[in-house]
Amino acid sequence: MGDTITETLAVEVWRGRDEGQFETFEVPHRESQTVLDVVTWIQRNAEPALAYRFACRVGMCGSCAMTVNGRPRWTCRTHVSEVLDGGRLRIEPLANLPRIKDLVCDLTPFFEKWQTARGRFEPSATRHDPMVPVSTESPERRAADAGIECINCAVCYAACDVVRWNPDYVGPAALNRAWTLVNDERDGDRNGVLQAVSQAGGCHSCHTHASCLEHCPVGLNPTAGIAGLKRLTALAAFGGGD
Amino acid sequence: MLEARLYLLQRATALLLAPLVVVHLVVILLAVRGGLSAAEILARTQGSTVWAAFYGVFVIAVALHAPIGLRNLLGEWLGWRDGSRDLAVLVFGLALLGLGLRAVWGVTT
Repeated sequence: MGDTITETLAVEVWRGRDEGQFETFEVPHRESQTVLDVVTWIQRNAEPALAYRFACRVGMCGSCAMTVNGRPRWTCRTHVSEVLDGGRLRIEPLANLPRIKDLVCDLTPFFEKWQTARGRFEPSATRHDPMVPVSTESPERRAADAGIECINCAVCYAACDVVRWNPDYVGPAALNRAWTLVNDERDGDRNGVLQAVSQAGGCHSCHTHASCLEHCPVGLNPTAGIAGLKRLTALAAFGGGD
Repeated sequence: MLEARLYLLQRATALLLAPLVVVHLVVILLAVRGGLSAAEILARTQGSTVWAAFYGVFVIAVALHAPIGLRNLLGEWLGWRDGSRDLAVLVFGLALLGLGLRAVWGVTT
């Protein structure tokens, strides 16, 4: 970690809730500085009342996502040097979510939609049953593995046009979770997942813009999972899976 | 599973319409460039079960495809997502079906 101050950054930060304005702060630019470092510097040195959210600082917890120069990003793993636009940095809360204060959003709708999409594991056995061997080589397990590292940061949700147009749409993260569950042979109600994602606002609302794929900070492909759900639900809809 | 069925029906009718629309456009271009009059075109279509079947399938596919797309547009652009939207696009689809089949009947019988 270098500490060399090379210049000063002009950082515009959203202050307020739905009504508010950008406030500009002069922040020392350091080597290997992340956007989260910048926000933390402001909160510690310039504006103690600035509200923002973070926890792990290493890209695991998914709590520090914000809109940086117009794009949703995980701020703890976003280097300032990668996103600077003519020496400017504009930081806002995530889009498509209710705002609470400054850079903090209310993620309740995001997580409620995980439930709507039945994005929770339903056990098919108890702890007293023997462990069921799951082949890591099966196509289903591979599909589940490809989507399972989601950190719930809501970057895909903020990047999705369909979420913006249709408040009922459950969004890429919830559908990605549903996709991992229909491919999990240990789940006891995989047909229930297909039912859940076939409601209005489910996987068929997706326009395959692939913004979730483009923006996902951990490199997941929710678009592919949603396409898989469309395939399975189409088969179920005409194959007596009602 | 209504959404899944509508989704699949829209895709299936799109698959069907793609070649039908191409044939439809090519025939129009050839007929007009060939200098056929309306009477000459009608002479070819009247009594033709092939054209009746072609445009009959065409109209049915359109009457299924267009209302589903319109339903999505109304939901996303106007926020109209309740049951009255389904009723409105159903009426729209039946109108397309009625007018279309009437036209097919008119030129093939």
